[in-house]
Amino acid sequence: MSTSKSSKQNPRLKARHRTGSVWQTIFMISTLVGIVALLALLYNIGDSAFGYVVVEYQVLPESLERDGVALEDQTVDQLLLTFQENVSKGLYRRFEAEGAFENPTEVDLENLIVEWVLEARVVEGWGFWESLRNRAEIQAQAAKEFPNGQLEMRSWLNPNFLVSRQSETAMKAGVRTAILGSLWTIFIAITFAFPIGVGAAIYLEEYATDTFINRIIQTNINNLAGVPSIIYGMLGLAIFVRALEKITSGAAFGVLEDPTTANGRTVLSAGLTLGLLVLPLIIINSQEAIRAVPQSLRQASYGLGATKWQTVWYHVLPNAISGVLTGTILSISRAIGETAPLVVVGASTFIREDPSGPFSKFTTLPIQIYQWTARPQDVFRNIAAAAILVLLILLLSLNATAIFLRNRYARRL
Amino acid sequence: MSTLTTHKQDVSMVARNLNIYYGDFQAVKDVNLEIKKNKITAIIGPSGCGKSTVLRSFNRMNELVPTARTEGEIIFEGIDIYAPEIDAVEVRSRIGMVFQKPNPFPKSIYENVAWGAKINGFKGDMNELVENSLRRAALWDEVKDKLDQSGLSLSGGQQQRLCIARAIAVKPDLILMDEPASALDPVATLKIEDLMRELSKNYTIIIVTHNMQQAGRASDYTAFFNMNPDRAGYLVEYDETAKLFTNPKEKLTEEYITGRFG
Ligand SMILES: Nc1ncnc2c1ncn2[C@@H]1O[C@H](COP(=O)(O)OP(=O)(O)OP(=O)(O)O)[C@@H](O)[C@H]1O
Ligand SMILES: [Mg+2]
Repeated sequence: MSTSKSSKQNPRLKARHRTGSVWQTIFMISTLVGIVALLALLYNIGDSAFGYVVVEYQVLPESLERDGVALEDQTVDQLLLTFQENVSKGLYRRFEAEGAFENPTEVDLENLIVEWVLEARVVEGWGFWESLRNRAEIQAQAAKEFPNGQLEMRSWLNPNFLVSRQSETAMKAGVRTAILGSLWTIFIAITFAFPIGVGAAIYLEEYATDTFINRIIQTNINNLAGVPSIIYGMLGLAIFVRALEKITSGAAFGVLEDPTTANGRTVLSAGLTLGLLVLPLIIINSQEAIRAVPQSLRQASYGLGATKWQTVWYHVLPNAISGVLTGTILSISRAIGETAPLVVVGASTFIREDPSGPFSKFTTLPIQIYQWTARPQDVFRNIAAAAILVLLILLLSLNATAIFLRNRYARRL
Repeated sequence: MSTLTTHKQDVSMVARNLNIYYGDFQAVKDVNLEIKKNKITAIIGPSGCGKSTVLRSFNRMNELVPTARTEGEIIFEGIDIYAPEIDAVEVRSRIGMVFQKPNPFPKSIYENVAWGAKINGFKGDMNELVENSLRRAALWDEVKDKLDQSGLSLSGGQQQRLCIARAIAVKPDLILMDEPASALDPVATLKIEDLMRELSKNYTIIIVTHNMQQAGRASDYTAFFNMNPDRAGYLVEYDETAKLFTNPKEKLTEEYITGRFG
């Protein structure tokens, strides 16, 4: 009897399994599409960030040896001499007058030498994958078309690129100012938005009663999280750059760094704008985390004669903190890649000075990338790709730090 | 604080004309009850008749439910705990609670016991307090070597005794227990019952239970609740356990304790 029953059920069971495997395949394909897209992105960036280039020099680097030391190994003093001997007196005096030799780093001087002595120019370049595949052909072509040029395998992402300032010449341009600008704005944004966001989440979850007004507030916060970022830029422009100019420019504190240009378009305004942008995200994620703390824990605490504040501080927050930090990590990722609102708030298009405080002019990595990709010359595409890699690495390391912090907190419980 | 003249020495708590509502719904109707000091009082009755609701109103835990509203008086040691000048936080530190599901904090065993005393301003020897509380909860021998381990690493029965130790450490006068053994096996249940008997020398205990044998075995007094067709709970009969179980006055009580209810 049992056999007849099972044989009757079998066809249905088979159909159920079939449905299951169909869905499994669909999910697998979705995952694959995602992976392929990611690989394509990395392929594309890698292709631009590395590869063969032909560089033409006015003066060959080998001819600039000093006391038998190659150019790239020379000390600051040696580099200074090399520079002085190979440029006209007038040019040297001009740089001296600009203060370029007051506290120069090796990189600064090397860049000067590359620009004014070697006068290196990239005249041709190949993508990374092509460079790997068609090495011989590229060598032959380079020898034929650019007899005076030197063929080099170039990594556009290199130590010099990280520590150099912005420049008109792609070969010398770096992301130092942009990295510092990004770090400053993120730091200000999180310092501003984290305490306010977590505080608001605690209020909404633990204190606010279910009234009409509170529901409207909640709905508004949920909607704010989806507002296009450019609108936050407009908001930041109106509030921080214009209305609060006295404060955001530093004038109110008597620390005007650059009275002619900065106005309210400072790191502080940018950071606060990004802070506003991530505030709803932090609130919503923190609320989610606080809500996930079991009610039984609150009851246990109240049952012992704890006040609301003691319950929140000793039990709700420690148990929610890991979720709160996860939300903050996501917010950092969002903020660090934002470009549009910062353009509106007034990121500088060309800036060589490091941001030295909250009232400095600034640029950030995404803005730098955006500007470089907009330039007509091909080489700027290469350094844009290198800057994208820097941005990705910065993002990953900030997230890794936050995850590390989160895990440490979570383990203490 | 107003001391009421009607206060009797052997009475710990009195409920007078107690009515409890959740929004428009009346969950408990007109309850009058006198809880005797240093005795164990059991509350029994069918599911949904308002036992937990009544128990929670005894230390103002009901106020954590936004819609809950309590009317009437609850007089504890001569003081109306719902009087406007009385702080619910203080009420709860004098009337402890143990919940149906063990809910230790995700902290060490030591901290579980010490925390309540600490926030209530305990200034004495904390190690001693923790040891005493755990001893009274009959848990000391099992955990004395691992006080720094998480409270969650214990078995269910151990966790429940930890929760009892935690409640004792605050030095309450009255302990409310809402089905404290319902998630435990018979052996752990017996342990909790022995423990209650031991604790009743120093504390007044009120326990909600679904287990008739438990109520019969472990309590001195029993209150039987039932609910109206409109689901409002009311007190049917309240007497010494021995009398209520052997010679109930109400037919309903007899039906319920003999299992012929409904
Ligand atoms: N937080 C609440 N909000 C609204 N109604 C509630 C709430 N808690 C309990 N009630 C209602 O009050 C009535 C009594 O519930 P209560 O939990 O006190 O019953 P109980 O006797 O403890 O039942 P059980 O034996 O199943 O635990 C029930 O009708 C229940 O639906
Ligand atoms: Mg109950």
